[in-house]
Amino acid sequence: MAVAAPSVAGSSARPSGRMARHPWLSAAWAAARTPRGAVGLSLTSAVVLIAVIGPFVAPNSPDALLTLTNAKPSGQFPLGSDFLGRDVLSRVLDGGWALLLMAALATAFGIIAGAGAGISAAYLRGRPDGFIMRTVDVILAFPQLVFALLLVSVLGPRLWLIVLAVGLSHAPQVARVIRSATLDISERDYVKVAELQGMRPRKIMSSEILPNLVSPLTVEAGLRLTYSIIIMAGLSFLGFGQQPPAANWGLMINENRNGLPLNPWAVIVPVALIALLTIGTNTFTDAFARVAIGIDRRPEESALIDELTPGAPR
Amino acid sequence: MAVAHAGADARASGDSLATGHPIANLVARRLAVGVLTLLVVSVVVFLATEVLPGNAAFAVLGRGANPARLHALERQLHLDRGVADQYWIWLSGLLTGKLGTSLNGQPVWVLVKPRLINSAVLVVVTGLIGAVAGVGLGAAAALRKNGWFDHLTSVTALAVTSLPEFVVAISLIILLSTVVFHWLPAVSLLPPGTYAWSQPKLLMLPVATLVIVIVPYIFRMMRAAMIEALESDYVEMARLKGVPEWRVVLVHALPNAIAPTIQVIGLNFLYLAGGVVVVEYVFNFAGIGQGLVFAVANRDIPVIQFIVVVLAAFYVLMNIVSDVIALLATPRRRIAR
Repeated sequence: MAVAAPSVAGSSARPSGRMARHPWLSAAWAAARTPRGAVGLSLTSAVVLIAVIGPFVAPNSPDALLTLTNAKPSGQFPLGSDFLGRDVLSRVLDGGWALLLMAALATAFGIIAGAGAGISAAYLRGRPDGFIMRTVDVILAFPQLVFALLLVSVLGPRLWLIVLAVGLSHAPQVARVIRSATLDISERDYVKVAELQGMRPRKIMSSEILPNLVSPLTVEAGLRLTYSIIIMAGLSFLGFGQQPPAANWGLMINENRNGLPLNPWAVIVPVALIALLTIGTNTFTDAFARVAIGIDRRPEESALIDELTPGAPR
Repeated sequence: MAVAHAGADARASGDSLATGHPIANLVARRLAVGVLTLLVVSVVVFLATEVLPGNAAFAVLGRGANPARLHALERQLHLDRGVADQYWIWLSGLLTGKLGTSLNGQPVWVLVKPRLINSAVLVVVTGLIGAVAGVGLGAAAALRKNGWFDHLTSVTALAVTSLPEFVVAISLIILLSTVVFHWLPAVSLLPPGTYAWSQPKLLMLPVATLVIVIVPYIFRMMRAAMIEALESDYVEMARLKGVPEWRVVLVHALPNAIAPTIQVIGLNFLYLAGGVVVVEYVFNFAGIGQGLVFAVANRDIPVIQFIVVVLAAFYVLMNIVSDVIALLATPRRRIAR
């Protein structure tokens, strides 16, 4: 009985049968066809492509000292050389994948932990709710970057630690958004029916509530991915991410900024790639949020407006 | 949605503590929760820095640690006591202003105080400029919804909200101080013994960077709230009554749109607590953010602990302040009970 009931939610217009497209997929597809979504998706894919294929097509070793330091672009080195005389083009091509991978892992960790905490808090109420939300408040008292720095300061710049710290610092924000979405859903009839059928709370949360949170979770994942990239790149820039001689866009910017007057490309190109990537992920997320949730703004903004503006539609 | 939660709390507390002014009760309650949160924060900071594997003394000395130096440093950091004792020594020191000494021998307070002042100047100047610019741009865009100005500013805002601070900072350096133009200094190195306000030119790029980063959020919120206010029944009513349009905008729509915006402005002060870290580092600006980065690089635990607690305290305090201001600015909630 219980097994036959999962995921019905608000998708009443959904045709039956296995081939039916998941509403999430159709929302993503619709978002990709809006001008904003198309721009976001193409920017993101372009940068991801460079980061993934880059290491295989780099003309030189990223670590080899090949020419003068801070040399201007030339035929042999299209983007010139860096502060040690290494090929900037090869380092750019090699310097994105670790950043992307770490950002993606941190995002996944933050979403899973945050969604778990948010759903449990909202559905179980009472003590678990109080405990989870107070923990959330404590973590929220740290600026995200400072939280990561605090952990790095003790254990040193270990990559797994950075992923863990950044992911953990995302979890509270995700938990808050998902908690309030869950509060809504757990009042719906299909959840009540499952409860009357004697379904266990854990089962209800995973098979009745979670499937209906896919859209808000996707929006959160997009937002958190953007922030992850920003924080990861920032940590590398500060020297607490991958250590030299690793090629990393954040690190490259810091290493070469004293050489700006000589060869600006060693800074401009990594800066542009990071900027295009975060603009891409953020723009696509924005387009997706408009299509899937039907809002013209971020979840936290609409919550604020609903709560605080007199006369706002409720 | 955090806010919805806080609102529910507020109402509940208003009912249970029926004595006294509801807002005073709310403030007292939020302050109590804030102090408790900070206490837990201090435990977390302490545990993270002192008890995690490989104790602080060893972390500082690294491989060069010989037993005698390790021992001396352990005593200096009170690592030879029990955990609860250590925490108590640290916390009571923090509360009585005995912050201990940095690893380079200077008292922590002497090291951090000028940085605190410089960062405060940076944050306040940025916050004021950002708030005015964000509210102005947001209201202007909302008045001509879907006009060219609205589209231009909205798309720009979306792009800029996505950018890391150091990307904005480096772009400004490239544009204004090294490659394209040479108008402003690329580093904001304050002469020793001077404070940020004595060198306004050195403040310009750090402030510009942070303003560019925070304005889009305030702008987006102001625009959205202003559009909702302009489409509301009471604005329509005012128009039907024949109230002149400038009065409709300034007296009827703007005050109602500004309540949620104030909260976002508050949230941006929160953001600045973290944002100063990277920006101060980029510009070599002697604030607590740069101090934190240096301390982390040198594993200067006493300095790290103090700066992190200060940032967290600022964060918690600003959260309360922005909630209370938003509450005061919202008539519906002020009289709800």
